[in-house]
Amino acid sequence: MPTAISVRGLSKHFDEVRAVDGLDLDIADGEFFSMLGPSGSGKTTVLRLLAGFEQPTSGRIQLGDDDVTDLPPYARDVNTVFQDYAIFPHLSVRQNVEYGLRVKKVPRGERRRRAEESLATVRLEGYGERRPHQLSGGQRQRVALARALVNRPKVLLLDEPLGALDLKLRREMQIELKEIQREVGITFVFVTHDQEEALTMSDRIAVFNEGRIEQLATPVELYEQPSSAFVAGFVGTSNLLEGAVARALLGADGPFVIRPEKVQLVAPADGPAPDATTCVAEGVVREVVYLGATTHSVVELDAGAILTVSHQNSDRSIDAALERRDQRVVLTWRRDHLVSLGGSDPDSPVNRAASPEEETA
Amino acid sequence: MNLLRRLGRGIGAIPRSGRRLLRRSGARVGLLLLPPMLWLGLVYLGALAALFVTSLWGQNSFTGNIERVWTLDNFRDLLTIEVYRTITLRTLGIAALVTIVDAVLAFPIALYMAKVASPRLQRLMVIAVLMPLWASYLVKAYAWRGLLAQNGLIDSIASPFGLGTPGYGLLATTITLAYLWLPFMILPIYAGLERLPNSLFEASADLGAGSGMTLRRVVLPMAFPAVVAGSIFTFSLSLGDYIAVRIVGGTGQLLGNVVYDNQGAANNLPFAAAVATIPVVVMLVYLAAVRRTGALDSL
Repeated sequence: MPTAISVRGLSKHFDEVRAVDGLDLDIADGEFFSMLGPSGSGKTTVLRLLAGFEQPTSGRIQLGDDDVTDLPPYARDVNTVFQDYAIFPHLSVRQNVEYGLRVKKVPRGERRRRAEESLATVRLEGYGERRPHQLSGGQRQRVALARALVNRPKVLLLDEPLGALDLKLRREMQIELKEIQREVGITFVFVTHDQEEALTMSDRIAVFNEGRIEQLATPVELYEQPSSAFVAGFVGTSNLLEGAVARALLGADGPFVIRPEKVQLVAPADGPAPDATTCVAEGVVREVVYLGATTHSVVELDAGAILTVSHQNSDRSIDAALERRDQRVVLTWRRDHLVSLGGSDPDSPVNRAASPEEETA
Repeated sequence: MNLLRRLGRGIGAIPRSGRRLLRRSGARVGLLLLPPMLWLGLVYLGALAALFVTSLWGQNSFTGNIERVWTLDNFRDLLTIEVYRTITLRTLGIAALVTIVDAVLAFPIALYMAKVASPRLQRLMVIAVLMPLWASYLVKAYAWRGLLAQNGLIDSIASPFGLGTPGYGLLATTITLAYLWLPFMILPIYAGLERLPNSLFEASADLGAGSGMTLRRVVLPMAFPAVVAGSIFTFSLSLGDYIAVRIVGGTGQLLGNVVYDNQGAANNLPFAAAVATIPVVVMLVYLAAVRRTGALDSL
């Protein structure tokens, strides 16, 4: 598949801070690519470098076959959906959407037609004459999207565009964005700090930490095979077992990660014997947290670690779970559900997930 | 804060029933606002009302005493006597010219301050813009008189190029007024531009607009209310000025001079009051006209 964006050795230093540090990255044509990370991890800086709002300290950026590193934003075939939408308040919705075409001297008739099309894509037909201040947050977000899409850029950059929306609307927009991306076939580069959002929408996700990519993988790989404690902790809830605890329970130093939903919680009498495929650990339930669809039990293991166990509330026996507080239980999980982050242990149950470099290649 | 505390201590001396009343926030706020409201109401608006009333009185042409009888003679004279019509139009013209010159000069300075300069330079520039306001008005006007004099600084710099000083007159008045009121134009535009999020500029560039296009299609339209806000200052200050024209205006006369002369030499207070209402009326009309631009929100 041809690459839409290719980045080599990209760095951006603000005085002493290395916001982006020697980044290599290839994004395929038509891909929905997410950059996920906590604030200050460098993901937004990468986006701004791609858009041309910042000049890199070193490194090259290629867009398709063209080196765009030294081009100003207006000469790059990318468009941005800004976090604050950056809708021009003095222009109507239509004028906002037409702005890019207008500065490129596209004739009026075509401008109109494409603006209408673009507004239809984001389901804002008939909103052309509205003023930005008459729109809700979600509608403004759509206008920003239409204004960018109307230019048919090679790549669309989205800087946490759903951050300001409420949860319900955000979920709807996640699905809609994905649909729109499939429909228009443009490469989307999506910046977010919301791991659920990244998992929902992306073809591939790059997890950023301190200016570098910790792991670059598909959502499933990222969740099931995190390559570091940072990724495991940032993407979803995870239980870390390491050192003496890991040695006592699993016979190796680890560290190991086990996801809460992979662990079963049973009464002590029902606990199976540990064998080659099953791990067993005893402990005391310290806390039970009811979350609607699931319940989380926080279990303090006799071996020393604290594990979170989640189970679906698929029947209505929640009371039973809630009554377990301070009771002894046995936790079991399949050995092959453990993810080893150590890599040094040849007997580790699961090999370390592929490193970012291998993924990129 | 100090004022609040002192007020609080004062409340202690009031009997309990009164204190309970004052504790209700409405009464307390009202008490706090009373002195400034009195100032605004009596000293300011009251004086303006007195001005209007005075303008409707007459003067005994023989004794020069004010006659407190209602008459529209002053306004009739203003409208029918040629020289006053000329002076009014001239004053309006100069005020408009000063405003335009200030807007043209102030915009790039304000844009640089708000969007280009580093935060440190930004603060320094705000101080630099304000600094001329700390100097005496007369000093600045006389400084211009010196600059514009025959064989003055401007003359000696311009003469090698075959040019000279414009001399004293309406042009010199315009230059001096434009210099005096420039800070009043820079600061509102600066404040207006600073409020604009940078993402708007980036969005414009992102959508393919070069800096010239961004300036024309985004910055100027969005800064317009701020420019109008600044123009309210420069225009009204120019309308009422009478000192600059005295110092650098040569024989030229503006409305301010007419007011001054009628108060002093002619001692015709009612006519001076009538002349003084012209700028007030002009400004009210101007404010009503610019209300729709949203300029009043950015003051």
